[in-house]
Amino acid sequence: MTTETLFIQHFGRDENRSIDYYTSKMNGGAALKKALSMKPEEIIAEVKASNLRGRGGAGFPTGTKWGFIPKQSPKPKYIVCNADESEPGTFKDRDIMRYTPHLLIEGMAIGGFAIGSNIGYIYIRGEYTREAVLLDEALEEARKAGFLGKNILGSGFDFDITVHRGAGAYICGEETGLLNSLEGKRGEPRVKPPFPAQSGAFAGPTIVNNVETLADIPFILTRGGPWFASLGKLPGSGGTRLISLSGHVKKPGVYEIAAGSMTIRQILQDLGGGMFQDKKLKAVIPGGSSAPVLTADEIDVVYDIEPLMKIGSMMGSAAIMVVSEDMCVVRLIERITHFYEHESCGQCTPCREGCKWMANILHKIEHGHGKEQDLPLLLDLADNINGKTLCALGDAAAGPVSSFVKKFKADFEAHIRGKKCPNV
Amino acid sequence: MAKTLSDKFYSEMKKLEPRYPTKVALLLPALHEAQKEYGWLPSEVLAEIATYIGIHPAQVTEVASFYTMYNLKPVGKYHLKVCTNVACLLRGADRLVEHCERKLSVRCGETTLDRRFTLNEEECLGACGTAPAMMLNDDYHEDLDEKKLDQIIAGLK
Repeated sequence: MTTETLFIQHFGRDENRSIDYYTSKMNGGAALKKALSMKPEEIIAEVKASNLRGRGGAGFPTGTKWGFIPKQSPKPKYIVCNADESEPGTFKDRDIMRYTPHLLIEGMAIGGFAIGSNIGYIYIRGEYTREAVLLDEALEEARKAGFLGKNILGSGFDFDITVHRGAGAYICGEETGLLNSLEGKRGEPRVKPPFPAQSGAFAGPTIVNNVETLADIPFILTRGGPWFASLGKLPGSGGTRLISLSGHVKKPGVYEIAAGSMTIRQILQDLGGGMFQDKKLKAVIPGGSSAPVLTADEIDVVYDIEPLMKIGSMMGSAAIMVVSEDMCVVRLIERITHFYEHESCGQCTPCREGCKWMANILHKIEHGHGKEQDLPLLLDLADNINGKTLCALGDAAAGPVSSFVKKFKADFEAHIRGKKCPNV
Repeated sequence: MAKTLSDKFYSEMKKLEPRYPTKVALLLPALHEAQKEYGWLPSEVLAEIATYIGIHPAQVTEVASFYTMYNLKPVGKYHLKVCTNVACLLRGADRLVEHCERKLSVRCGETTLDRRFTLNEEECLGACGTAPAMMLNDDYHEDLDEKKLDQIIAGLK
């Protein structure tokens, strides 16, 4: 199958990140030039027509989000790039920042112009120290080329971007936690409403978009929203998707497919080269560790937002983690839940306490001290977290636990009956 | 109070000031910059940052303690942070951690007696396609196994 890819052919070579490469080989700057000759509402209409949905995890239509920003605002407006990339299993945005940073920068400048903002921030996770330096270098190149700064390309539009480093907190990938962190506070999510489009960074109207989402924007401007929409194979989901494939496959890595063009089985076989050491498939976590798990016979699902939702899981950040029968699934969900317990910011009681109890019980079961009644208790705990917290971290912790317990019940029971992990 | 942070710290902050509408927004950048100088964040440094920004020292501690990358205790010259989240776990991170613990004679969270090494388990580093991975100070090391880890540690002065 040959479909057009936008990113992947530029990845892997350090020299591709320069602005010379960007302008000579990737038509860099053309989208911004075009955008500056358009009316802001025309740009937003183009993005709406592209069926671009947010690539960070929630899959919200980008054009609609941009449309929420009020035209007039007494406070400055902001465009913020979420480069926190903290959902376990996700590593695609790192490649965009390492190899095609100018796509992101140009996408942000276009977004800034469309919503009437002169100030952009890239909130990058603290661990990406080297990538933050690369971004700063790319920003400097863009300023010299006239793509950023005062009076961009002679249009009278001013726009500049600052890289803001996080410092190790998963919750700062949540957009309002991120905004608090940007403002110099603890990264605790805010009560919504107001949504960031009304009152976001420094109480100004704010758009928060994922790296890949913003990097898609230049293509939409140069080649048109309808063209971008036509890349997707399902209605309402346009463009290509960068997939972070990891775990027990022969060839882990970042891949790019037309949205909705492959099933998980095809991705695993055709892109991942099949199972690592030819082991048997046990489970697939299809959208970062927050996504409810799939069993080996659920992977003929088309890999896109709606099909995954229909079977009770989610595409999330398009991070697929493949698990062979060598891995104990109880150990796996114990580790996942330990993560959410560690990362819960502690504001909401159901999440703070619930994650801790789920982690404790899973630890007990994995180490042979579980009881039969622990399984309904785990489901009950998960149910008491789900939907009862300010942000999605609670759901992110609860969904995996209930899906593992329901789908791999026999594995849990074997631990409880045998009073030990059968894999140890 | 005598200043402990360098002129470089203050000139870096000066450059950043116009980029934010509030001074408090400089708190995370200030903590990063100070940690670059000291390797960790002693209380007198936190107090000096509070004075610079114009907030109470407790507010600085409140924020600094929220984020795992700010070291509120001294760490070794080499800080090894081995990722043990899902993708790395699937690719043998447990073995790597045990190997580090044996080799350095410390448990996770501890620093060697000669203050050269601190070992920590880390949450997902976003290097899952090249798992298992770890951070050594500011740098990523990926596609690790015991042999590669030994070579990296042997190469440290």
